[in-house]
Amino acid sequence: MQQVTIEPNFPAWRTRARELLVSGIEPAETFWSDGFGGQSDLFPELVVKEIEPRQSNDKSPSDFRIPKAFLDLAETVSCHRDESRWGLLYRILWRIARRGERHLLGLPTDADIRKANTLAKEVRRDCHKMRAFVRFRKVAENEENGREQFVAWFEPMHHIVRYNASFFQKRFTGMDWSILTPDECAHWDGLKLQFSQGVEKSAAPTDDALEEVWRSYYQNIFNPVRLKLKAMQSEMPVKYWKNLPEATLIQDLTAGASMKQEEMIEREPLPLRAAPKNLYLRSLNEMNEVALVSEAGAEDSIPLAEMRKSAHSCRACPLWENATQTIFGEGNEAADIMLIGEQPGDEEDISGMPFVGPAGQLLEEILAEAELDREQIYLTNAVKHFKWKPGGKQRLHDKANRAEMKACRPWLLGEIARVSPRVIVTVGNTAAQSVIDPSFKITTQRGLVEWPNQIEFKGPVVATIHPSFLLRMRDRSERDKNTKLMVEELRLVRTLASKASQRVKVIY
Amino acid sequence: MDLKVKLGILADAAKYDASCSSSGAKRRDSSGSKGVGSAGGTGICHSYTPDGRCISLLKILLTNVCIYDCHYCINRRSSDVRRARFSVEEVVQLTLDFYKRNYIEGLFLSSGIVRDADFTMEEVIRVARELRETHHFRGYIHLKTIPEASQELIEEAGKYADRISINIELPSEEGIKALAPEKDLRRTQQAMGGIRSRIESGREEQKDRTKRGRPSRTKAAGGVPKVYASGQSTQMIVGVDRSNDELILRRSDHLYRSYRLKRVYYSAFSPIPASSVVLPAKAPPLIREHRLYQADWLLRFYGFQVGELTPTDGPEQGNLDLDLDPKLAWALRFRDWFPIDLNRGSREQLLRIPGLGVRNVERILKARRWSLIRLVDLTRLRVNLKKCLPFIMTPDHSPSRLGLDNEDRIRARYAPAPKQLEFDFGEARRSALTGEV
Repeated sequence: MQQVTIEPNFPAWRTRARELLVSGIEPAETFWSDGFGGQSDLFPELVVKEIEPRQSNDKSPSDFRIPKAFLDLAETVSCHRDESRWGLLYRILWRIARRGERHLLGLPTDADIRKANTLAKEVRRDCHKMRAFVRFRKVAENEENGREQFVAWFEPMHHIVRYNASFFQKRFTGMDWSILTPDECAHWDGLKLQFSQGVEKSAAPTDDALEEVWRSYYQNIFNPVRLKLKAMQSEMPVKYWKNLPEATLIQDLTAGASMKQEEMIEREPLPLRAAPKNLYLRSLNEMNEVALVSEAGAEDSIPLAEMRKSAHSCRACPLWENATQTIFGEGNEAADIMLIGEQPGDEEDISGMPFVGPAGQLLEEILAEAELDREQIYLTNAVKHFKWKPGGKQRLHDKANRAEMKACRPWLLGEIARVSPRVIVTVGNTAAQSVIDPSFKITTQRGLVEWPNQIEFKGPVVATIHPSFLLRMRDRSERDKNTKLMVEELRLVRTLASKASQRVKVIY
Repeated sequence: MDLKVKLGILADAAKYDASCSSSGAKRRDSSGSKGVGSAGGTGICHSYTPDGRCISLLKILLTNVCIYDCHYCINRRSSDVRRARFSVEEVVQLTLDFYKRNYIEGLFLSSGIVRDADFTMEEVIRVARELRETHHFRGYIHLKTIPEASQELIEEAGKYADRISINIELPSEEGIKALAPEKDLRRTQQAMGGIRSRIESGREEQKDRTKRGRPSRTKAAGGVPKVYASGQSTQMIVGVDRSNDELILRRSDHLYRSYRLKRVYYSAFSPIPASSVVLPAKAPPLIREHRLYQADWLLRFYGFQVGELTPTDGPEQGNLDLDLDPKLAWALRFRDWFPIDLNRGSREQLLRIPGLGVRNVERILKARRWSLIRLVDLTRLRVNLKKCLPFIMTPDHSPSRLGLDNEDRIRARYAPAPKQLEFDFGEARRSALTGEV
């Protein structure tokens, strides 16, 4: 076996590992040492001599393509204190580069990979704990530039100061700081990150006036009825306590905990105190007391605005339960054209307005194409709550059943009666079935409907498709064809609306 | 009043809120600025109190004066706790001072309701605005919102806060009516809808900025987002009304889907020093809370459907088994699903095996492309063999050899020993952190 001595850092390992790999020296022939572990003296009989890289080989460094994922892993592992890491990393490198095990990193069940992953995990945990448990103490303020200056003492498990320093630099840019550790120290002055030799703990400041305030917070955020010491210790092991200003409280807090809970349970409950005279509270109570409407508040005498209000507490069918709110019709309340869709969707349910989702946007485009202004139309739905079923992490549209449509009918009829449009246009099959006939089939019977409908509406009714149907269509030519047809049908609506108004003029 | 005393009162008043998460924020840091703060990676827990909970954020109320009378709450108007009030400047300074000493990841600010919802909300937002705009603070901010506050204020809160949240408090309308008379489930959900819109429109704005190639400029300044809001969460109190676990989980599922919540926190109803006549103090149901967290994870990451996790009949209908984790309890109820061959089963099937977490399932799927999975591989992956052996098949293992041919025997294998009364909450924390049940 031959000795490989390196400085204990990643670049040093990388340089040597590259040389040895090119020279074709088997991992089993090498014994790595970084002067830190002192293990090289343990078995002097095994170590023959310091290895000399051989030049005479048919390979060059560019013959080996090393995955970046391995270099990242190696950089992390190299921070570990375990001296065997260098040999381990070389062995993995060898297997990937010389033995063609390109997929090795993806094999979590391989013994070498498992070992490397474990080391990396320990390093990452140490880094994480350093980010968590470093405690800065304020030492001064720079008189020239007003920057506050802080110093912290920390004892990491592994060689992570350099590896971890940029985190602190990015987080604490606006202040000057030093992190002192036994191995190495890091310093930031707003311009440059610098490193220096490790120091003794006595070099660090011992107090900060704010620590009293911090302890007051720690003490009061603790809930004594949920005492769980083990859980605490697994995340904040005792070895860190000596450098944490709040840890001095742990013992007392723990000791007093069970008494506190008994005290609370035994104490006499307090009586209720009357509500203060407050306009806001009164308005809340009024809001909360609104009677729930189960049958429509849609009698003839009630104006549209009132009806809209009562519809918000409608519970005539169970759909309210899983919906956010009632989506009532909107738009020009004296419109010539009333457009009736099936039911609101996910985005309508959230925003409280009809036709605002992707289908609503497409509808707007198609209306514009047909020279109709959305603002001039009254838009509503046959069913006013969003009905959905779970799908993945989403809510998927679910077709309303006959009972639900029936429950919503009074609201729809109320809207038609008050807006009193000249033409009604239904979009989608469900809306058409609800307005025209339960057996209506949009695919074969779309267009101007020439027979009596279910709502006793005297004007013309046009049935067209739902824009969401277009959105779902994969075949482009099919979609273009149907879009064109829909535009034509809406043009027909426009013509009918203006004709109807002429007819009215004649009558008068 | 001395700052230390005030902080004591207003931290004590805030501790019943379980949320302390500081993860999932938009990535940024203080490079090139005069301020401090970074966020966007995994959250950091800076300390732990003896209740096993972490301290990640400075969690305080602006004031604990409140005109509402929610019976489970220590700050309700009928309570006799000592009252205090922070000024906006005090909270700002305290946050910065704590942050610079690396005590915290940021601020979680809530408030009792004074005068009305908008007035209170404006004060809370003022703290966040000061921190962001005057002090260039890039750390984490979580603001608690009042459902009755106006949509404009929610919009503004989202400009400064990484997380906005409203507590649903209880899963049922009746429960809320009885115990929090000023609150209303519908209004709360509508407000959650408003927050979802805010977060989504913020995301769109960010996308537009990216399209126009502007982030390179913002990157120099630590990549400060125009809108910070990236998620909302909520909290439900467990064991205060008669709702069963199924109802609680259904409500959670509904909230996750409808309002895209990042998290629902379950908080075992904990005795408070000044309990109400309506709601006398009792010991908190900690195990139930833990089981709900586990079930919640199964719903979100393991492909379980709500309704599958609780028994549909029997005396425990609608409630989770307190002795066994919900996945194991499910597996015992649906034993004909098993055993599952680790070398053939689909991801969906593997995820249902008790003792296998999401991460190990991914590792197994990866490793089996190259070689057959045997028990020794599971040991290397540190899989809990005791838990999963009855449910799996490998070339060197078949569950029949365990002789667990009836439910009682299997149960006996897992049910806690009678002595083991103390519950290890550590497990709850760990699985809450790793997502593994």
